Amino acid sequence: MMARPRLSPARLLLLGALLLFALFFLAPLYVMLSASLKSMDEIRNSSLLALPASPSLQAWATAWSAACTGTDCGGLKPFFLNSLLMVLPAVGISTALGALNGYVLSKWRFRGSELLFALMLFGVFMPMQVVLLPMSQVLGWLGLASSVWGLILVHVLAGIPSTTLFFRNYYAGLPDELIKAATLDGASFWQIFRRIVLPLSAPILVVTLIWQFTNIWNDFLYGVVFSGADSKPITVGLNNLANTSSSVKEYNVDMAAAMIAGLPTLLVYALAGKYFVRGLTAGAVKG
Amino acid sequence: MRARALADRWLPKLVLAPTLVASTVFVYGFIALTGYLSLTPSRLMPNFEFAGLANYRDLFDLDRWWTAAANLGIFGGLFIAVSLAVGLLLAILLDQKIRLEGLLRTIYLYPMALSFIVTGTAWKWILNPGLGLEHLVQEWGFADFSFGWLVDPDMAIYCVVIAGIWQSAGFVMALFLAGLRGIDDSIIKAAQVDGASLPRIYWRIIIPSLRPVFFSTLMVVSHLAIKSFDLVMALTAGGPGYATDLPATFMYTMAFSRGQIGLGAASATIMLATVAAIVVPYLYSELRGARR
Repeated sequence: MMARPRLSPARLLLLGALLLFALFFLAPLYVMLSASLKSMDEIRNSSLLALPASPSLQAWATAWSAACTGTDCGGLKPFFLNSLLMVLPAVGISTALGALNGYVLSKWRFRGSELLFALMLFGVFMPMQVVLLPMSQVLGWLGLASSVWGLILVHVLAGIPSTTLFFRNYYAGLPDELIKAATLDGASFWQIFRRIVLPLSAPILVVTLIWQFTNIWNDFLYGVVFSGADSKPITVGLNNLANTSSSVKEYNVDMAAAMIAGLPTLLVYALAGKYFVRGLTAGAVKG
Repeated sequence: MRARALADRWLPKLVLAPTLVASTVFVYGFIALTGYLSLTPSRLMPNFEFAGLANYRDLFDLDRWWTAAANLGIFGGLFIAVSLAVGLLLAILLDQKIRLEGLLRTIYLYPMALSFIVTGTAWKWILNPGLGLEHLVQEWGFADFSFGWLVDPDMAIYCVVIAGIWQSAGFVMALFLAGLRGIDDSIIKAAQVDGASLPRIYWRIIIPSLRPVFFSTLMVVSHLAIKSFDLVMALTAGGPGYATDLPATFMYTMAFSRGQIGLGAASATIMLATVAAIVVPYLYSELRGARR
């Protein structure tokens, strides 16, 4: 380990640059938060960067339960609940299926399984626009159009390629001898999965759960295409709220709404950022 | 015992089968169906008559499509280049044994945890000509300052670029930083012993050895660019007019609000062909490399 360099002018310049970048990244969050705590009068008469003179949660309350999204003025609350109802099952199912697939594709390879994996992997990359039209047909046939269940199905299908990729790459790192020894002892496919592989999966499980949660919570495309009046997720709610044209634009309510929509994923990031970063880097395909 | 051996042979395939069938249909079946729809005269409802390449002819005659394609060029080019440059710079700066590294990394990367809709809503307010940045700079004493990019058809696309870079630069930083940490220290030490200066070491040794990271990052970022939809919807909704349309928003508008399913399917097919032209060779080389 090298000793920490002394504070030279070059070093100060370096720190200055890093802090400036930090300000650039933090500024929008600060502006959002401070605007959400101001009244509209204060927003008109004070600077963008000024601290709120008398912070109030009024805009948050309006955004949560009274702001208008289109013609309907019930705030973001119903959208938030829709998102929860959609995210929890979709994350659970896509993660469980990904774990099983990854287990098979890394420890029970068969002729052609690598090819199948490559075919599946393309699903991580393809532009989703290409599945939208047929998917809305199929959801109609299944009687799932405009329902939360339809959205769950879409998110599970769209999530399987990445969850499979995560688990496959992680399980590939577990020694094959472990599996062989267990097979010789007479352990079956399921016993090995339950007793050996699953107990070793905690890190990748956390990574995948966080990754899926963030992605599905933040999704807008499927939400706007496949949801109906009663199943719109929070991102669609926020977008409708912020784009509702009313005579007076209430920016404080818009910002509070944006904070509400962003808080769950920000919270997860603050608590488990390390795992989120691991998911991001794993998503960058290391074959 | 034999029954078990038999079970172990078919069980893995059986476990894989349901999701495999589902995702094969989801990916390849739907691609085929969209491809076919693009050859039909479908309007509000799918119509399975065959109409040849009429939709593609219409598409290529449409100004709006070319605007969307040109916007993707501007947005994609700038977004990719600047994100890579800023991300690499941040990674190198952070790699200088900074005491606050953990905190700074967290700050640079948090936008990636946010939805593009949240980002778009925030930047729409910051960039709006009335009360946002313009107002702030005027208050600082530059009364003539005006900043109306967001409502200027020629400049609005650059607002999308700014918000996109803000969201993704930290992500690029994380990828490069992981790459930098993977470089063998002894090469750098040897160069230092030989008297090479730090910038020279970075330029001649470290950055060239980041080549594989550079390529996978480029893949991920260009993929983000082509898929960009939410950010435009939240920031400009494609406007003013259709000045900030991207192929993704074009497809959505045609297929789901204009009742032009055939045209939407044709634009989706072109998007897919573009992505496949980049991704398939990449996946092929990655998987071949892994087998070696």
